[in-house]
Amino acid sequence: MQKTKSSEALKGIVRHQLFIPVLALLILAVFNLIADPNFFKITLGYNSVGDPVLSGYLVTILDYGSEVAILAIGMTLVTAASGGQDISVGAAIAIAGSVILRVLCGNPNELLEGLQAPIIVAFLVACVVAMLFGAFNGVLVACFKIQPMVATLILYTAGRSIAAWINNNTLPIVTDTSFTYIGGFIPGIPVPTPFFVALACMLVIALVMKFTNLRLYTQAVGINESSSKLNGLNPVLIKILSFVILGLCVAVVGLIKVSRLSTINYSVVAKDIEMDAILAVALGGNALSGGKFNMTASILGAYVIQFLTTTLYKFNVQADALPAYKAVVIIMLVVMSAPSVKEKVASLSKKLKSNSQTKEVA
Amino acid sequence: MSEKNKKTAGSVSLLNKIANMTDTNLLLTITIVIFFVMYIGAIVFQGAGFLKPQTFFNILNANAALIIGACGMSIVMISGGIDISIGGVIALVSMSCAVYLDYHGGSVIGAIGIALLIGLLYGLVQGYLVAYLNIQPFIVSLAGMFFARGMTTIVNSSPFNVAHEEFVALKNFRIVVPFMGSVNKKGVYVDAYIQIGVVVALLVVLLLFAMLRWTKLGRAFYAVGGNAQSALMLGINVRRTKFFSHLICSLLAGIAGFVYFLYVGSGSPSHASGLEMNAIASSIIGGTMLTGGVGNIIGTFFGVLSLSTIQNIVSSAGLDQAWWTGITIAAMLCLFLVVQSVVIAFKKRSLRK
Amino acid sequence: MKNIHKSFPGVRALQAVDFTLCEGEIHALMGENGAGKSTLIKVLTGVYEKDEGQIFVEGKDKAVAIRSPQEAQKLGISTVYQEITLCPNLSVAENMYIGRTDGLCENWKKMNADADKILQSLDIPAKATQQLASCSIAVQQMVAIARAVDMDCKVLILDEPTSSLDDQEVEKLFGLMRDLKARGVGIIFVTHFLDQVYEVCDKITVLRDGKLVGEYEIKDLPRVQLVSKMLGKDLDDMSDIKSDQAAYDKADASTAVFETEGLASDAGIKPFDFYIHKGEVNGFTGLLGSGRSECVRAIFGADRVISGSVKKNGKVVKISKPLDAMKNGIAYLPEDRKVDGIVGDLSVRDNIILALQVLEGFFKPFSKAEANKFADEYIKLLGIKTASADTPIKSLSGGNQQKVILARWLLTHPEYLILDEPTRGIDVGTKVEIQKLVLKLASEGMSVTFISSELDEMLRTCSRLVVMRDRKVVGELSGDDLTQSKVMNTIAGGDK
Repeated sequence: MQKTKSSEALKGIVRHQLFIPVLALLILAVFNLIADPNFFKITLGYNSVGDPVLSGYLVTILDYGSEVAILAIGMTLVTAASGGQDISVGAAIAIAGSVILRVLCGNPNELLEGLQAPIIVAFLVACVVAMLFGAFNGVLVACFKIQPMVATLILYTAGRSIAAWINNNTLPIVTDTSFTYIGGFIPGIPVPTPFFVALACMLVIALVMKFTNLRLYTQAVGINESSSKLNGLNPVLIKILSFVILGLCVAVVGLIKVSRLSTINYSVVAKDIEMDAILAVALGGNALSGGKFNMTASILGAYVIQFLTTTLYKFNVQADALPAYKAVVIIMLVVMSAPSVKEKVASLSKKLKSNSQTKEVA
Repeated sequence: MSEKNKKTAGSVSLLNKIANMTDTNLLLTITIVIFFVMYIGAIVFQGAGFLKPQTFFNILNANAALIIGACGMSIVMISGGIDISIGGVIALVSMSCAVYLDYHGGSVIGAIGIALLIGLLYGLVQGYLVAYLNIQPFIVSLAGMFFARGMTTIVNSSPFNVAHEEFVALKNFRIVVPFMGSVNKKGVYVDAYIQIGVVVALLVVLLLFAMLRWTKLGRAFYAVGGNAQSALMLGINVRRTKFFSHLICSLLAGIAGFVYFLYVGSGSPSHASGLEMNAIASSIIGGTMLTGGVGNIIGTFFGVLSLSTIQNIVSSAGLDQAWWTGITIAAMLCLFLVVQSVVIAFKKRSLRK
Repeated sequence: MKNIHKSFPGVRALQAVDFTLCEGEIHALMGENGAGKSTLIKVLTGVYEKDEGQIFVEGKDKAVAIRSPQEAQKLGISTVYQEITLCPNLSVAENMYIGRTDGLCENWKKMNADADKILQSLDIPAKATQQLASCSIAVQQMVAIARAVDMDCKVLILDEPTSSLDDQEVEKLFGLMRDLKARGVGIIFVTHFLDQVYEVCDKITVLRDGKLVGEYEIKDLPRVQLVSKMLGKDLDDMSDIKSDQAAYDKADASTAVFETEGLASDAGIKPFDFYIHKGEVNGFTGLLGSGRSECVRAIFGADRVISGSVKKNGKVVKISKPLDAMKNGIAYLPEDRKVDGIVGDLSVRDNIILALQVLEGFFKPFSKAEANKFADEYIKLLGIKTASADTPIKSLSGGNQQKVILARWLLTHPEYLILDEPTRGIDVGTKVEIQKLVLKLASEGMSVTFISSELDEMLRTCSRLVVMRDRKVVGELSGDDLTQSKVMNTIAGGDK
């Protein structure tokens, strides 16, 4: 009796949506522990300005994983509502970053000293622009019924060009030091700021989900659009809303990206980050065809992806070769979580069990 | 009957015709009409350059690989999937062939073999994962793309030009198109030419068109893309069909890789970057729907032509700053998508009445 | 088929079921929803694999293995399903031939010619080259049957083929079935319509809860017994309902709660006037495609209204989308449960609270406790059979799904409830339950509009019938005029 109970509990854990990302995280952690325990070492040092900063692989994961985590929030909603993914986030980040630079540095043809506008104004303008582009994607998807991947292909193709065009293909540099805090460290706090930004985003989305019907509405629209329409929902509005929220996430990540280097390179900034964000959603066990979603799992998935990236970097994998290893891991993960494979494993273990039982009886 | 009545009667019968067309034919017609309007517009407004047949042939020469890749993409899309790994596969093939020819002293035949082998392996693995393990094609081919790009760097990280003699000869081989030449500025008659890749591409187009139209497998692609559940009930082996769609697509990506290699004559990790997106765009402009079940290879062919013609128009119109190409392609894609969606919605409404 | 077992996670769908079909007979397979009819058929056609048991074909001793629909087809077993299972993007001819011709290539000319011949011989109004999506649902169903007929099948399985056909088409289908029977084809006929069973079938096999109840000759099994066999108890008969009819007398006939004036929508219905009193049960009737669903959809704002107005208690209210209607106390249970009703992956609880939650607005979500309270209350009230409120609705049987949708709307406490085919594809027991519930609600003051394809069901529940033909309201019957023949006459047009 005791045994069946515990096996039931085990099954419950295995079926839980968080199982896959947590398992992946554990495997990665154990792997690193065996390969080189130094991976987990965190050292407190001082940067060039003399502020305390933490460094170490785990800090890097927190730092860069936060970008993906913020995007994963929006991507999860878009996936759930529209049953497709936005592949234009990388390009949109370039646009948002370019807008921030333009507002902060002014006309790219005149060399101006100092900030031309407060950072918050630049950020808000970027938010509005990114949300408008999100709404553009949303309108194509919701009103014109174009598949999300294809609709966002438009911005994917044009985004980086638009970003270059905004600043007339120049790369202005923000000289203000306080601007670097957002993508780096706030003086006196040794933990990278992007992590706090991500925490703030998570808190906001958690509050939004608690105090609004966002979750129920999004899921209903994603699962059965025509039924939710007859229940008084407006699927068009909800889909556009999900894209606009993703636009907001994009603006936040754009701010972080610009702040990291005080400038951005339009053609490479946030390259392939959309893939990481989509992977985070998938790794979180959310169906990419839309419907039910688990936000926590997606966010966890984002950090797992970054964990993997950092692990690979640690083993001196060339930056360009990184994707090959990532791909192998992705395939392993999805194959493991594929329902048909799960079934086979389950039936196999069942057989083994019944075999051993009959042996016991005999 | 008054003139006005006749006119309305005419437009009504046209509407009926449109309503009775299959989705595939309707979208195909739109694409071809728009392509010709665009090309004629280019001739009228930008003059002589577009009047020369060689301008058209150059478009073909430069885009042979894209045509082949887009054809494969169309097949996957018709059967309801997607494959974003083809750009990566093309780069991997180029690099592998380049390294094989220059560093290992291989033969051209061997290089072709390598190209086909890479394509085949990709098709087998991706097809198996998608069809038999039921993993979403987007994720599988995303991983495929990552893998191909990464492997390209692992094979050789820096770009280089191939100096293999036999290969260079093949690369520079030109097939003269009779009667299509033109007189250049110096008054000398210059033959119009196409490259070997174009012949391969045209063959692929014809072959795939015939396959989709007349073979069991081709029709099965449409059936599976239209409604996989129904196709299963109708006695089609859905899994095998999906498997074959990915196999053909990846194999074509391998061939496209070699054609691309033949055109550029070098290996580089950044080769064919974004080509998968252009292939998807071409397919869509050509009337293939990502939801599956609707599409046509001839349309895809015209899709590639439309896409590259617009690029040519933009650059010859003096908008040569890099960003204009990206923006115009996007604008065109946007236009086509909206037109498609409006036309289909309109058709649905007229059917309901 | 002998000793068939099949189980799904948590459910034993079939337990030791035997089934025999002889050449040239029409054999009805009956049972409540969830009795295992569909599962049995899917095992026979290779969609599901059986866990245990054997299948024999043509009296051979050797059991055959059917692992896929193709293998079933090869053995001469073809199926027409309740939901259309053709490819809408292909032509009619292709749909008839795909997946079953030999060779590598298609011969279009021959295929189209053959298809046209069959379509003509079966009197199906479609062209071979037409895209299937441009045909009506009924025609699509006929094409599916044409396909099966042309396959020289030995066994033809018809899984609720009549639920989307009107009487004429059903007659045509029956003619076809008798024709095939004469040719020696064995037909398995699954339906919920008792009349149809007694019209065409020779034998009946009854299933209940995944178990075999028995096989009977049709003449040995009167209707009442069949129903009681299916339910596993003696039916508390229809007379029960009729006594409830007294409820109508209480109906407040003085004022109309809702009325429409010249309402028309872009779904192509002619402007119509309509009214309903407090506590009244009325109905729209007419043949399939006569516009009965479109009328109520227009009232609910589900289709775009192009003219006319809706009045509530004498005052004009603007209804341009479903939410407007909901705010005015209208609830609409849609015709197609699967497409328009359930939100498949969501739990029973979320499905129940959905409509009320939308009414409450974006910023007022229920707490978990509230949601659970609502769900539990209605699961109990309507007797919804579900493992828990957390179960995804898609894993419930059709009847229980319908009850969940009903619960969803009752939770909004509507003044006016529109039920569009609430009993389609639902077992007899649940049907009666729903009919009783409708009358009870009406007696509590709710106005109900009831739409059903089954006339006797309408006659039993409604006090007034609005008759439609060709997307137009052609008559209204109440009181003594409510008889089968009068309604039929009005539907057909004139007192012939």
